[in-house]
Amino acid sequence: MQVYLARRLLLVIPTLIGVSIIVFLLVRMLPGDAVTMLLQDYSYASDADAMRARLGLDRPIYVQYTEWLGGVVRGDLGTSLRNKTPVAEELLSRMPVTAELGLMAMVFGLIIAIPIGVISAVRQDTWSDYLGRSTAIGFLAIPSFWLGTLVITLPSVWWGWTPPLRYTRLLDDPAKNLAQVVIPAIILGLALSGSLMRLTRAQMLEVLRQDFVRTAAAKGLTDRAVVLRHALKNAFIPVLTLLGLQVSILVGGTVVLESVFVLPGMGRYLLEAVQYRDYPVIQGLNLIFATVIILANLVVDLLYGWLDPRVRYQ
Amino acid sequence: MSAVLDVVRPDVPAPSRRASKAGWAGRLQDFCVRKPLGAIGGALVLLMLVVALAAPLLAPYEYDVGDATIRLQGPSLAHPFGTDANGRDMLSRIIYGARISVTVGFGAVAISTILAITFGVVSGYLGGWVDLLVQRLVDIWISFPALVLLISLVAVAGPGLWSVTAILGILLAPGTSRVVRSAVISIRHLPYIESASCIGAGHVRVILKYILPNVFAPIIVLATVQLGTAILAESTLSFLAYGVPPPYPAWGGMLSGTGRAFMLQSPWLSIWPGLAISLAVFGFNMLGDALRDELDPRLRGSR
Repeated sequence: MQVYLARRLLLVIPTLIGVSIIVFLLVRMLPGDAVTMLLQDYSYASDADAMRARLGLDRPIYVQYTEWLGGVVRGDLGTSLRNKTPVAEELLSRMPVTAELGLMAMVFGLIIAIPIGVISAVRQDTWSDYLGRSTAIGFLAIPSFWLGTLVITLPSVWWGWTPPLRYTRLLDDPAKNLAQVVIPAIILGLALSGSLMRLTRAQMLEVLRQDFVRTAAAKGLTDRAVVLRHALKNAFIPVLTLLGLQVSILVGGTVVLESVFVLPGMGRYLLEAVQYRDYPVIQGLNLIFATVIILANLVVDLLYGWLDPRVRYQ
Repeated sequence: MSAVLDVVRPDVPAPSRRASKAGWAGRLQDFCVRKPLGAIGGALVLLMLVVALAAPLLAPYEYDVGDATIRLQGPSLAHPFGTDANGRDMLSRIIYGARISVTVGFGAVAISTILAITFGVVSGYLGGWVDLLVQRLVDIWISFPALVLLISLVAVAGPGLWSVTAILGILLAPGTSRVVRSAVISIRHLPYIESASCIGAGHVRVILKYILPNVFAPIIVLATVQLGTAILAESTLSFLAYGVPPPYPAWGGMLSGTGRAFMLQSPWLSIWPGLAISLAVFGFNMLGDALRDELDPRLRGSR
């Protein structure tokens, strides 16, 4: 177990360094006239040299990188070009919104996916199975921004009801906040549930054919206990890995849904930053999101070792 | 009795039925019978391709010329999908929109597939430190949330049809390259590859003549599914106003923020573009699923 842990932890370090290099290069890949354009369009500085200095482009590239990385390690992600606020501070204040939406979406994704996946597998090749599988591909195909747009427009046209779009903080008024986040969270959960459902079904089909399931049934356990306690528990492990991989899709989804439902999270911050070409903010967001994804997958892999003894002793 | 017969003449009807339907028409009919959902997917994909190719012939009106006197109309005989806030015919805009989705989708998947084959084959075939290095690079690349990186890169490179296509292609490549790599590794040490090397075939010849043809099936399947992913990503990007800029009628762009006020007056505006995106992605996913079952020998015969 220790070797497994150590190997897995060590692999994170080069990945994080690589991510930091790509994020750093993101701004350096700007086409030559970008500095001039930034000046013309947004007047972030008095002249081109001052603009380069603000972006830190006026020194040798390795000095730029080490200084930038040194700042990042100390929690300094630079300052926004647009309103000169520290990027890290702004990110920290927006993080709870995105985290709430993301975690709720994950829970909804599992609540929708697992029962349908299990039923689909237990009743393989029946109508409920076909229905479940078509629904899964349907959820994969329907864009969440469309579903969000429909939820906002259609009820308003039909019944004059619009979902609440003025953001309330969770700590100020939990009920109001939840009422607001629950709709985008369900929509995002639906988007995640498609692939979760398909994998749950595939895994259940495989596990249900194994000897230990037959043994469990043979010793007289009820179908319910066999399916839920014996089969699902084992089928769930790969689903957990997929959930880890889906954090990337989840992050993309929060960008879209925060935009549709006007939630002041990190995703909205990205869109605002892109609109004003606020490069330090774009860098900071990419770095934070990538780190979250790497850590989420690390946690999943560690959980994997804990849940599945076969991984531990390899 | 019947069980005994089955043993004596196993699967006799199946081969004879296949033989009687030789030729591509017969094979197509066979596919439709065995994979009805895949056939529906294929039909949707075909429809989209035809609409995109023949857009000028099919569209009843121009996509960018409106008539202010007929703003925000519901469906009618003259305008089956209604008209938008500028009095433009929605049906024509949806038809021309298919061109954008098809261009970005096929362009991005072509770029991604070429990159993925190059990196996947080199990584899997050579192994050793090359493999280690390439795989760590892939690790780094897939650590980024695709949509966030996509938006950021488009912001840096500037929006537009070709920059979106190229960036999307580069972002889709790492995942495919993993699949190509594992397919290459699974056949690399098979005797027929070794015999090819023994009779003096160089690396390039082995790769082109013996490895590539045998990893083609998973590549085709993945490319089909990725076409759906690319179309979804492009429409998301256009929805967020960083995709293909107006006046081009990108499906995602038609649903974007500025149009939402008009959707309250004319809900049809919010239905058609979303339906078009969903059907396109649904079609590619269904077709990809069926192709996987068909092309993967281990899954053949299973449902």
